[in-house]
Amino acid sequence: MKKYKHMHYQINDKGYYGGFGGAYIPEMLHANIEELKTQYLRIIEQKDFQDEYKDLLSNYVGRPTPLSYARRLSTKYRSKIYLKREDLTHTGAHKINNTVGQILIAKRMGKTRIIAETGAGQHGVAAATVCALMGMKCIVYMGEVDIKRQSPNVTRMKMLGAEVRVVKSGSRTLKDATNEAIRDWINHPVDTYYIIGSVVGPHPYPDMVARFQSVISDEIQKQLKRMEGREFPDKVIACVGGGSNAAGAFYHFLDNKEVELIAVEGEGLGITSGKTAATIRIGEEGVFQGSKTLLMQDHEGQIVEPYSISAGLDYPGVGPFHAHLFKSGRGTYLVATDKEALAAAFELTKLEGIIPALESAHALAALKKIVLLPDEIVVVNLSGRGDKDLEIYSKNGNYE
Amino acid sequence: MSRLKTLFKHKNSNILNIYITAGFPALNDTILIVQELEKAGADIVEIGMPFSDPLADGPTIQASSQKAIENGITLSKIFEQVIEIRKTVQIPLILMGYFNQVLKFGVPQFFRKAREVGIDGLIIPDLPIDVYKNEYASLVDEIDLDLIFLITPQTSNERIKMIDKLSNGFLYQVSSHSTTGAQQDLQTSQIEYFKRVKTLNLANPTLIGFGIFNHDTFTAACQYANGAIIGSAFINAVANSTDLPSTIHQFVKDISES
Repeated sequence: MKKYKHMHYQINDKGYYGGFGGAYIPEMLHANIEELKTQYLRIIEQKDFQDEYKDLLSNYVGRPTPLSYARRLSTKYRSKIYLKREDLTHTGAHKINNTVGQILIAKRMGKTRIIAETGAGQHGVAAATVCALMGMKCIVYMGEVDIKRQSPNVTRMKMLGAEVRVVKSGSRTLKDATNEAIRDWINHPVDTYYIIGSVVGPHPYPDMVARFQSVISDEIQKQLKRMEGREFPDKVIACVGGGSNAAGAFYHFLDNKEVELIAVEGEGLGITSGKTAATIRIGEEGVFQGSKTLLMQDHEGQIVEPYSISAGLDYPGVGPFHAHLFKSGRGTYLVATDKEALAAAFELTKLEGIIPALESAHALAALKKIVLLPDEIVVVNLSGRGDKDLEIYSKNGNYE
Repeated sequence: MSRLKTLFKHKNSNILNIYITAGFPALNDTILIVQELEKAGADIVEIGMPFSDPLADGPTIQASSQKAIENGITLSKIFEQVIEIRKTVQIPLILMGYFNQVLKFGVPQFFRKAREVGIDGLIIPDLPIDVYKNEYASLVDEIDLDLIFLITPQTSNERIKMIDKLSNGFLYQVSSHSTTGAQQDLQTSQIEYFKRVKTLNLANPTLIGFGIFNHDTFTAACQYANGAIIGSAFINAVANSTDLPSTIHQFVKDISES
């Protein structure tokens, strides 16, 4: 019998996760990407980098974030449910783990101008925050449509000193903001560092962002060891747009087959409704914004605009990390509709006194969709807090 | 011998390559535009395949692509238009587009189809040269299609030589750090880069593109390369034209003559 080689879920030396990833970029970006590729690991492994990164994570971001035992939620679902509290970080979402890391890389590469894209505004705020902290110029690209639906975050970015550039091209949402940020980088290749907000884009971005977010699963291991006497849960559940919080929550459990990795995409109004962001479920292989991955596209290869009630999940691609976890069967990829996410958000709020971000509510919605055993330990990554979604919650709430 | 090789054999300076987005301004204008460009004296026409997310393009080509997609342009429509164009047009024709559409069509199928309808070369800016080399170069040799790659001010001499080896037809020399459609006079640093590339004695001819928009920039570029490529300025000219033939002839005349 043929003996199968151990399956690898990490990036290989060519920048691919299985058949996904790579750096599909125009020649104009080759030198920039090459510079980053040759430097990022060396910089991350330096002691002074690690010291500064860890200091900022504990004394500025507020890490480690708690792993809260959700007593009433556990009773309801007859299982042991823990919440990884990324909502309690400074700026209110996991996005800051990545921007803190990347700003330190940018500084060490001698870059003076920072650009970022944002959809819901959480990454834009996290980028603007670290730029204020480091005294660096920050330009955030944001689609005109998103600016209208996420105005408090626009105010926060401006207050933090960032210039918010309105993107009016294409569908005027996250994918177009990303296009504009990449075009900006083409126009300013020497002084500018592009802080990508998720595990997307050309290699080495997916790997670099996953590494910075891996602090989430690193802490889960340590906290579970202390609380449960074992370093790993039975299940980890996280939502996926581009996939950075899920990548971080899964990272240290990738090679431990006893841990079931469950990702939840935004189904929007339904898989067949034409209004969905379930990229993995309905996407096909393609090349978009620098990497080969699964994409929502039509038969002509044109990118299809996604839809989800949550602005952080409506991205037409997904990180190559996730495309590979899905194709290899290592990860379970579920979907939750707008309604299911809203119901899960209200449920968590009432049972545990925590208002989750709409993105994270999709992960919570999966509790109804999976088989849970009484002694199982389940960790739900609560990627962000719900303050930014209050308007949607107030429109959809039932406060009898 | 391919049409591009024949062209450069007979004319190795002041080559005028004009870019037009397929399906723009109206769906079937492509045919007339290419016919008139040949009559007006363009040496090569580059036909853009409109993509929803054209990363390397500035606002003008983005807008024209969006309009063309709304007009109903598809890859099969473009191939039909090229068949129609080839009934009369003899100059080299190049397709320019993004890799996802090619991948979706099927890379070997796309290459073969392009050749079959009379396309001479392809420019796919987000197809990395190493992927091309490992996966598609042998196929391209087999069907005698010219794959044209970009070089930029940041491309090292060593890399330019490597790209030169893998390219056929010509090298697309991007004039500056920019997406398409920038409009300013050529800077000293650009001239230095043009001179640097010229001293490399490359196997392929070079055409300078991005930021070439009028007689002066065209003439300047032609001092350092075999010719130049004009895209956004031409798109702007035809966008509001009420008489395409006269607009096109006037445009080419204005570029060529001082």
